[in-house]
Amino acid sequence: MAEPTAAPTARERVPFMQRLLDNPFLLLFLGVTSPAVLYLLWGVMELSQIPIAR
Amino acid sequence: MATSAAQAGMIGALAARFRSCPVTGLQIDLAAERLIKANAIAAVVFLAIGGVFGLLVALTRWPAVHLLSSDMFYLVLTAHGLDVLLLWIIFFEIAVLYFASAILLNSRLAAPRLGWVAFALMLIGGLLTNVAVLQGDSSVMFTSYVPMQASPNFYLGLILFAVGALIGCCIFLGTLVIAKDEQTYEGSIPLVTFGALTACIIAFFTLASGAVILIPTWLWSLGYISHIDTVMYKLVWWGMGHSSQQINVSAHVAIWYLIAAVTVGAKPLSEKVSRGAFLMYILFLQLASAHHMLVEPGLSSEWKVFNTSYAMYLAVLGSMIHGMTVPGAIEAAQRKNGYVNGAFEWLRKAPWNNPAFAGMFLSLVLFGFLGGISGVVLGTEQINIMMHNTLYVPGHFHATVVTGTTLAFMAVTYLVLPLIFQREVAFPKLARIQPYLFAIGAGGISLFMMGAGTLGVSRRHWDITFSDATLAFDYPAAAFLMLGLNGLFAILATVGGALYVIIAVWTILFGRRVTAENALAALGPMPPRLQVHTAVAEYGSAGTWHLPGTYILISVFFVSFVLYYFVNWKYLSELWPMG
Repeated sequence: MAEPTAAPTARERVPFMQRLLDNPFLLLFLGVTSPAVLYLLWGVMELSQIPIAR
Repeated sequence: MATSAAQAGMIGALAARFRSCPVTGLQIDLAAERLIKANAIAAVVFLAIGGVFGLLVALTRWPAVHLLSSDMFYLVLTAHGLDVLLLWIIFFEIAVLYFASAILLNSRLAAPRLGWVAFALMLIGGLLTNVAVLQGDSSVMFTSYVPMQASPNFYLGLILFAVGALIGCCIFLGTLVIAKDEQTYEGSIPLVTFGALTACIIAFFTLASGAVILIPTWLWSLGYISHIDTVMYKLVWWGMGHSSQQINVSAHVAIWYLIAAVTVGAKPLSEKVSRGAFLMYILFLQLASAHHMLVEPGLSSEWKVFNTSYAMYLAVLGSMIHGMTVPGAIEAAQRKNGYVNGAFEWLRKAPWNNPAFAGMFLSLVLFGFLGGISGVVLGTEQINIMMHNTLYVPGHFHATVVTGTTLAFMAVTYLVLPLIFQREVAFPKLARIQPYLFAIGAGGISLFMMGAGTLGVSRRHWDITFSDATLAFDYPAAAFLMLGLNGLFAILATVGGALYVIIAVWTILFGRRVTAENALAALGPMPPRLQVHTAVAEYGSAGTWHLPGTYILISVFFVSFVLYYFVNWKYLSELWPMG
C-alpha cells in the first residue's frame, strides 16, 4: 500500500531569499535606504564638515 | 474595515473592463492599455524632438560644420539632454511599468484615474521645461549646476514631471498588491515584472533625490533662498541624474528578457540567479552616481572608493550575470527549438529579420561591450582622472542610454504595436533594417566620442579649436577626425531614429488592424512553436546549462574587458610618470 502523500506544501518553510524577493515593499525599503545612507548621507556629512572660507 | 476594503476591491474589479489577448491569452485591462498607449506616444514624440536637437549638437561638434552659435549650442544641448535622457525614457518606462504589472499579471490597474493625473503632470512638466529652455534663459544644460541659474519654470517643470512619475510608480506598486490580493497569478511575480519592480524602486530613490535638490533650487531661482552650495547641489543632483539612468538599465534588462521570451520562447536560465542579479541592482546600482564626484576634493577617498570601486562592482556583477543569462536563455530556447548543431547554429538561425529580436540582441551586445566596459573604467578612481569631464563621459552614456536603453525600447515597440495598439507594423522591410541602422549610428557616436574624450576633448565646450580664446590650445588632429566621424554616425543614427518614429506613428494612425487570425504573425518572424504566455508571464527556469555558444561569447567579452581595462592603466602610467 502506498504511503500517504506529503502534508500540504503550505507548511513548507519558504526560504529567506524567496521571502525577501517576493516582498516588494521590503525591497523598496532596502533599495532606498542603501544609496540614501551610503551615497547621500555619508556624502552630505563629509561636505558639511568642510570649513567655511573666510 | 476589512469588509469595506474587500468591497472597494470588488467594486474596482467590477468596474474594470478587459479584452482577451489573442496571442498570450492574458486578460488586458483596457484602462491600463489606454495609459500604456498615452505614455508610449508621449515618449516617441519627445524622442523625435530630442533626436533633432541631438543631430544639431553633433553637427556643431563636427569642426568642419560647426553649425550653431555658442548661445544656440548650449540651448540645444540643454533641450537634447532633457528630452531624451528624461522625457523619452521616463514616459516609456511608465508605460513599461503598467505593462509589466497590469498586463503580465493579468490584473486590473490600480487607480487608473490617478494614472491620468500622473500623465498630465508629466506632460505639463515636460512641456513647461521645454518652453523655459526654448525661451533662451535656461541654457544650463541637463546637469543645471548652480550657480548657473535657469528660469523658475525650468525647475518647476522638472518637479511636476517627477511628481507625475512618482505617482506612476505608486500605481505600479498598487497593481502588484491588487494582483496578489485578487490572485491573478500563482507563486512569485514573473521575472520581467521583477525587473520592472527593480526599475520602480530605483525610480523612488531617483525622484526623492530630485525633490530634495530641485525644490530648494526652484525657491532659489524665485529669490526665496539666497544660496545653494555648489558641491552639495552636485552630490544630491547626481543622486537623481545618474540614478535616473539606472532606472533605464533595470527597465531595458527586463525588456531583454521579455523580447527573448516572446520572440524565441526563452525562459531564464535560473530564476534565482537572475533575480539575485536584480537584487544587486536594487542595493548597489544607484551608488555609481559617485563617479561624477571623483575629483571633488571635499569628499574623502573612503567615500569615493567604497561607492565606486567596491559597491559599484557588485552592481556590475549583476549586469555581467544578465549579460550571460540573457544570451544563455536565448541559446537554451533555440536549442529546444531544434537548432542544436555546433556552437552557434542557435545564433545564426535566430530571427534576425524580426526587428524586436534584432534590436534586443544589438542592444545587449553594444550595452555590454561599449557601455558596460567604459562604465567600469569611469568608475575606477585612478583611471577616471584621464577621462573625467571629457567627451568620454557622453560617449559612455550614449552607449548605455542610446545603444542600450533606447534601442531596447525601440525593439519592444515592435511587439507593443501589435499587442497593445493592435496594429500590424507598417513598412515591415524598413522595420527590419531600422534597428541595424540605429545601432551602427549610435554605436559609432559612442565610440568616437569616447575616442575624442580619451584624447582629452572637453565634455561641454562648444568649440574645440578655441578660436576666440586668449591662450591657444591645440588638440591632436585625431580628435578632429573623431568628432567628424561622430557627426557622420549621428546622421546615420538620426536616419534610424527617424525611421522608427515614422514607422511607429504610421502604424498607430494607419496600420492594419490585428485580429485573432493574424495576431501571432504580426509579432514578426519567429521560430515555429510558441507558448508566449508560459515564457513571459509565468515563473520557471530553462532547466539547462548546456550553452557552449554563450560560454564562447562571454569569454570574448571578458578578454576584451580585461585588455581594455589594462590598456587604460598603461595610458595612466604614461600620463603620470613615476620614478
